[in-house]
Amino acid sequence: MNKTLYGKLVFELSKPGRVGYSLPNDANPAHTTSELPPHLRRAAAPRLPECDELTVVRHYTNLSHNNFGVNDGFYPLGSCTMKYNPVIDEEIAANKTIAGMHPLQPVETCQGALAIYYDLQRMLAELTGMAEVTLNPCAGAHGELTGLMVIRRHHEAQGQTSRTKMLIPDSAHGTNPASAAVCGLEVVEVRSLPDGTVDVGHLRQLLDDLGPQVAGMMMTNPNTLGIFEPRITDIADMVHAAGGLMYYDGANLNALLGECRPGDMGFDVCHINLHKTFATPHGGGGPGSGPVGVRLGLEACLPKPRVRACKLPESDDLFFQVDDLADDSTLGSIGAFFGNYGVMLKAFAYMLTLGADNIKHVGPLATLNANYVKQRLCDDYLLPIAGLCKHECVFDGLRDKSTGVTTLDIAKRLLDYGYHAPTIYFPLLFHEALMIEPTESESRETLDAFIDIMHRIAEEARQDPQLVKTAPHTTPIGRVDDVLAAKHPILTYWQALKA
Amino acid sequence: MAKFEEGLRYSESHEYVRLDGDYAYVGISDYAQHALGNIVYVDMPEVDDEVTAGEEFGAVESVKAASDLIAPVSGTVVEVNEALEDQPELINQDAFATWIIKVQLADPSELDALMDAKAYEAHCAE
Amino acid sequence: MEPFKYFPHTADDLQAMLHTVGAASLADLFADVPEGVRLSDGYADFPEAWTDSDLRRFFDSIDTSWDTRRLVCFAGAGCYDHYSPAVAQNIVARSEFLTSYTPYQAEISQGTLHYIFEYQSMIAELTGLDISNASMYDGATATAEAVMMAWNNAKRPRSVCVSATVDPRMRRVVDTYAHYHGIDVTTLPATAEGTTDRAALDAALAQGGVAGLVVQQPNYYGIVEDFTGLADALHAQKGLFIINANPSDLGILRTPAEWGADIAVGEGQSLGIPMTFGGPGVGFMACTDKLMRKLPGRIVGQTLDSRGQRCFVLTLQAREQHIRRQKATSNICSNQSLMALYATVYLALMGPSGLRQVGELSYAMAHTLADRLVATGHFRLSYPTQPFFNEFCVDFSGDIDALRSYCAERGYLAGVKVNSATIMFCATEQRTPQEVDELVDIINDYIKEKEAKA
Repeated sequence: MNKTLYGKLVFELSKPGRVGYSLPNDANPAHTTSELPPHLRRAAAPRLPECDELTVVRHYTNLSHNNFGVNDGFYPLGSCTMKYNPVIDEEIAANKTIAGMHPLQPVETCQGALAIYYDLQRMLAELTGMAEVTLNPCAGAHGELTGLMVIRRHHEAQGQTSRTKMLIPDSAHGTNPASAAVCGLEVVEVRSLPDGTVDVGHLRQLLDDLGPQVAGMMMTNPNTLGIFEPRITDIADMVHAAGGLMYYDGANLNALLGECRPGDMGFDVCHINLHKTFATPHGGGGPGSGPVGVRLGLEACLPKPRVRACKLPESDDLFFQVDDLADDSTLGSIGAFFGNYGVMLKAFAYMLTLGADNIKHVGPLATLNANYVKQRLCDDYLLPIAGLCKHECVFDGLRDKSTGVTTLDIAKRLLDYGYHAPTIYFPLLFHEALMIEPTESESRETLDAFIDIMHRIAEEARQDPQLVKTAPHTTPIGRVDDVLAAKHPILTYWQALKA
Repeated sequence: MAKFEEGLRYSESHEYVRLDGDYAYVGISDYAQHALGNIVYVDMPEVDDEVTAGEEFGAVESVKAASDLIAPVSGTVVEVNEALEDQPELINQDAFATWIIKVQLADPSELDALMDAKAYEAHCAE
Repeated sequence: MEPFKYFPHTADDLQAMLHTVGAASLADLFADVPEGVRLSDGYADFPEAWTDSDLRRFFDSIDTSWDTRRLVCFAGAGCYDHYSPAVAQNIVARSEFLTSYTPYQAEISQGTLHYIFEYQSMIAELTGLDISNASMYDGATATAEAVMMAWNNAKRPRSVCVSATVDPRMRRVVDTYAHYHGIDVTTLPATAEGTTDRAALDAALAQGGVAGLVVQQPNYYGIVEDFTGLADALHAQKGLFIINANPSDLGILRTPAEWGADIAVGEGQSLGIPMTFGGPGVGFMACTDKLMRKLPGRIVGQTLDSRGQRCFVLTLQAREQHIRRQKATSNICSNQSLMALYATVYLALMGPSGLRQVGELSYAMAHTLADRLVATGHFRLSYPTQPFFNEFCVDFSGDIDALRSYCAERGYLAGVKVNSATIMFCATEQRTPQEVDELVDIINDYIKEKEAKA
């Protein structure tokens, strides 16, 4: 990475009279927008930058040097599954034919695009043990909301409108309760045991108390500590007996690829993050894709549009159709068209590249890497929960608390050594949580080098804590003043000019 | 170390009440501001809003946390501390000198349910 | 285990690493998974592995062997065939942007944070509003989020009004979110002229408790509506005025802020992003300063670092789900970052004059097409008294599905079907006069063939 900050805003590169486009020149148009009544037109032209093309290319290329991606180095961000994003997937997704397709084309002109969509639905159903899958949701949180709508729609259809309480472990990611609230559900927290797994006794008591108000339970497994819930089938049985449905948050599905499936654990609805488990790039925060799978009996609740296959008469060929009718069963619609189709192409290419033989090794190799890191770091870093972890491991800061060096300091010091930081201060169960997810993409050499640096930082904390506490030192910028940012928000260039 | 000012009443959710005749000045305790860290925003009700003991009337935000403000007493908001709009850090500087709302008490007997400084200090030590 | 290009583990590595963790085999690492839920035999129905060449062969021939075609696009309805600059495509493919995560670690994420700040500034400028968030999934969900924002902003809300002139694909997403969130949506019928029914709005306002109104500009039928007086009517009962706008048109059209809107939302795909069968695009959301703390989604702010340099950081996070949990302004915890970059680079290249020219060319081409279609004698403008921008509805007495199929077979996407009697056409700066000629010729051929058969 370039170590100096490239700091100009594109507005500061603007010079009146420069252009960065070439458009057709219609010298004598039959119509111009001056035909529109003046009060329908804006008073002044927008203050957009005026730049030549090279200026724009250099500006954004320089900006990219201030960024850090999986291609730049190890990205052990817990709970985010920052695996390798294969280059071939990008090439496939850039297909010129598909890039130029409109979502409302007649279906007979998009059979291939629909076939891919349909096949991806089937492949995800197979991997999750679900009956049907919708690809409409644009992100994990969007999938969560959609999945919860499925649950509510199902209860409504059964006439059980009082089922509005969603059980969520207190260790859950904040998105779970937020999605439940957006879906009009009331959150009831289930306590965790000291090892982070669900307190089944507390769950039993809540189910008894809430009875016919229980809509269901949201869980991720392995949980947010990377621990497999040992009593998962008991939990599912209890929730089902109370009339609730089990929701699987697919955030940690990578651990289980090849080993077990949400459907087999007793989950009724699940979402999958294509941008985690199926290697589509995170893109600095999106676009993602958050398909939702449901067990048999719930498929009618899925959102429209749906892509369906039917057999052509007198042939084995399939014809693909778009079902976009608002019927009585569907939960409704959660996006304008099919979802983030371009992202799906990347996951499709990734899954086919792995194939049945390789995809089953993903979970075991990711799990091996996490346990390896855990085992080799637990001398210097405090391991609050011993035993096997799955795809990620969680430390509670340094073992030696006397140095005053915090998890934040360690994370920032890692940046100096060319690593992305692990996830910090999540899960909330520990004060100094440091969560490492190495993924199956990383080699033993990469992990060893990272482990060496983590040990070196622990040594620095003992010898020269100030060095760690003031990190990072070699990044384009130092620690940011986020109090200033929140206290006096400057959210646009125009506000900055006035400030 | 957090301070615990004598003569005020405290709630379990860390609000304090400073009584002034029929009026109560409500703020958050020094202990609470310590726990929150740098306060960057205070979400306050409007004058004439009704607040109800035990119910939320606003929130205090730091960069990494947000804490709901729970009314320790019921009544009508007669004044909000407008200085906090630009200087939320006043709470960090002196929490007990920086009230958030002034309430006309609806039911002074509600004060009996609140803790004195000693009991509140013990509550925080738990 | 056979070597595979995405797995770096050699047999030696596996042995050494398993030894370190004290396991005899990879299967041992799952000893804590109950036997009953273990997958015993892999994935029976999952396909065999493809090579890169297999993938290329499949996708290279998708048009011929799979009947998947890129048509000359005269359709819009929320997805537009505008010019997508090579520069934008090249920049978003840079792996430093592409393969990075949400910019939590500001010190090594200034690239992302910096362009999002530019994006927010551009969206604010296009809409005329004070602030913008870092983007949302799409225009439909951004509209639904705006409805929730209006509902939650009101003291005693009774309903949110949505004009029937808003794209039905957006409206059904709003209706879905509203149903589960417990919001009453009042759909205001469209007038015979295809515009928002002021009388219906007044009737709703008379009931009181209208938390917000959603309109679209240009509306679903392509009409540039006159929203004079709507903002004042809403604000009189503290309701929020929400305009769903097409940002590509905002180089020319009156801004949401000039109409008095409190919130502007919409789909940003028209800012240089390829159609890609409907996604990914980018939802945008801008609002007044007053609503800043209620704005959902990621927001980037300017600040200083420890060395005194200007820099950017995710801010106002206390609104968000990872802090507020069920009390967050929304459950959204990402944005369409890379698509926001697409739009940002596009707008940096186009500037005010380019965006204006895109609007002028699209306007001219659509109006020329409308003239030509009406001149055939088989089409009638559905709303002849209303101004439109680059989309318009025409009534057609024949079979619309058959007409569209006929044109599609000949490589043309002839609009979208609005109902059994109405087609909506669209033209952008990408369409040429020759293509307009050819589309009209194909349509004439279709009609001739039909008449010959009849």
